[in-house]
Amino acid sequence: MTLTFLIDALITVIGITTPILLAASGVLVVEKSGVINLGVEGMMLVGAITGFAVGFEFSDPWIGVGAAAVAGAATSMIFAVLVLSLGTNQVATGLALTIFGIGLSSLIGTNYTGFAALPFDPPFPDYLAQDPIGRVIFGHSAFVYFALILVFAIGWFLSHTRAGLVLRAVGENDFSAHSIGYPVIAIRYAAIAFGGAIAGIAGANFSMVITPLWAEQMTAGRGWIALALVVFSGWRAGRLLAGAYFFGVLMTLELYAKASGYAIMPSQFWAAMPYIIAVAVLAFISARDGRSGKEPACLGKPFLPNG
Amino acid sequence: MRLVLEKRLEQSRTMVVLTPILSVIGVMILGVIIFDAIGYDGFDAVWQLFITPVIDTYKWRDVATKAAPLILIGLGLSIGNRAKIWNIGAEGQYIVGAISAAGVAYATQEMSGFWIIPLMLIIGMAGGAAYAAIPAGLKTRYGVSEVLSSLMLVYVSVQLLSYLITGPWKDPNGMNFPQTAQLTASQLLPRELGETGLPPGLLFALVGMIIFAIIVDRTVFGFSIRAIGEAPQAARFGGFNSNRIVWAALMISGGMAGLAGTLELMQLTRLNLGYPSGYGFTAIIVSLLGRSHPFGVFVAGIVLAVTYVGGQVAQTVVHVPNATAGLFQALILFAILASDLFVRYRIKIKSSVAEIRA
Repeated sequence: MTLTFLIDALITVIGITTPILLAASGVLVVEKSGVINLGVEGMMLVGAITGFAVGFEFSDPWIGVGAAAVAGAATSMIFAVLVLSLGTNQVATGLALTIFGIGLSSLIGTNYTGFAALPFDPPFPDYLAQDPIGRVIFGHSAFVYFALILVFAIGWFLSHTRAGLVLRAVGENDFSAHSIGYPVIAIRYAAIAFGGAIAGIAGANFSMVITPLWAEQMTAGRGWIALALVVFSGWRAGRLLAGAYFFGVLMTLELYAKASGYAIMPSQFWAAMPYIIAVAVLAFISARDGRSGKEPACLGKPFLPNG
Repeated sequence: MRLVLEKRLEQSRTMVVLTPILSVIGVMILGVIIFDAIGYDGFDAVWQLFITPVIDTYKWRDVATKAAPLILIGLGLSIGNRAKIWNIGAEGQYIVGAISAAGVAYATQEMSGFWIIPLMLIIGMAGGAAYAAIPAGLKTRYGVSEVLSSLMLVYVSVQLLSYLITGPWKDPNGMNFPQTAQLTASQLLPRELGETGLPPGLLFALVGMIIFAIIVDRTVFGFSIRAIGEAPQAARFGGFNSNRIVWAALMISGGMAGLAGTLELMQLTRLNLGYPSGYGFTAIIVSLLGRSHPFGVFVAGIVLAVTYVGGQVAQTVVHVPNATAGLFQALILFAILASDLFVRYRIKIKSSVAEIRA
């Protein structure tokens, strides 16, 4: 094995991990506020097609990314109104959001299949990313750096800021937070919108950098992996980062196994692997932490201040 | 004067029946507005989508063919809904059920006999139930959320299907297409029920509806699943074991999905890459639109089947994209979830004393 091969593999891992890490970071904030939104996959798809289409129409990928964030947040507001203002069941509503996102993105996407996304300018000057070490540090898309900064920022926000403390209080004990005067519903609206915007950006990362083209249901279950990742992490940002890279390695293995003709297992085995491992890790974590777990105490429970 | 929500002491029975109907009508009106806005003839699009399959008798066979698996899976899921156990991986159990039945077909290629079809149906059901046993076991043993585990297993089942039809079960006479061999005459149900033109799956759906209606309305088991969902603590106090309900809900829904998958296999006569159809996901909408009652699920299955068939009609007549039906299905689910408010609350107009005086 040559050094170039390892460097290439490492760069693939970092690239492929980024959308999962982004989506999971958004999920973490939403769940810390006590809301579980299973619509991640749908919001990612809406972000993916919006980023692609808007970037294409305006000939500027950055406008596309901004539009993807807005579209993700707008989609999440359907969920927010239903669960927060109308008190619907979060599991069913989130699932509906995913089905909606698949339908809406396919509807918009019919006019955009077969086009290639516009390339982004690299965030660092070319001469920095010449040698192997330079490529590993400076040779990625802007999404990679954004995701890393974001996950650290969220970790710091949750544990070191007053606003983060309030967000956690709302997720741990909504009733008490309400009684001491925090606007529980408004805080949850904000958290859901944030999660939606980040999921939209994660989707744009897929359609504009990784593939880079639009295909129906192109996120292929990554949104669900992001949801599982947050459970694995025990709702902590540092472990979220580690977990996302673990899945990035698994998905890179799948790519390499498909590319090299002489794989020891059929390619479908590698494609199924991340999901099998995800279920296995879920079982392991749940068995270790027990039913009490580390999840926010109010996760998934509706809050209607007036009964 | 202002509107206030007042919690009902008991769910409104009128609203339970009325809201699904209003939801579908509301989505139709919304559809006209949306399609007009994006540049289609909105009224025509919605007409083709929702009405043409109902009034055009030539479409009834298509509607019944799509409704049968939706109803069968929806009936199974309705048990879980009542107990608030979320099996969102019915699509995976549907696929594994079909794979199991295809395994029987693979083994009995050279044989004939009346026993082959019942065996395929039983093994198909068992396969679906066994696949649902994984999330059930993980939930009851380790407390793993059945939502995530059942969903993840859908992706695994799709890969298993892809492996089998491109590898060991690939049709040797299939000109290298990734598909299994065609089922033989002893492995197929008749194409239609008598001379009616309706698929045999519809008969299964009808019988299933009656059996489920008896189970949920007339047995202690039916009562206990509702008790667990509505008041888990009280139910535990009353001696109902919630682990047993988790197992029952998942095994029943897995088995029904496996049965639907087997009947669909017999309808299509072979497995190929196009087999995963999303019925397992749409059936979640069916079970909720049907208010988790067997009669409601039956009607809801037909409504959602109409949108599938109507989606194809609208595509050819009004040239709306293929994805339209899926979008409408999601809107129906949003509407039915939102309308739940009217079941649980009544809206009262409250006038303050000051306003009365003025």
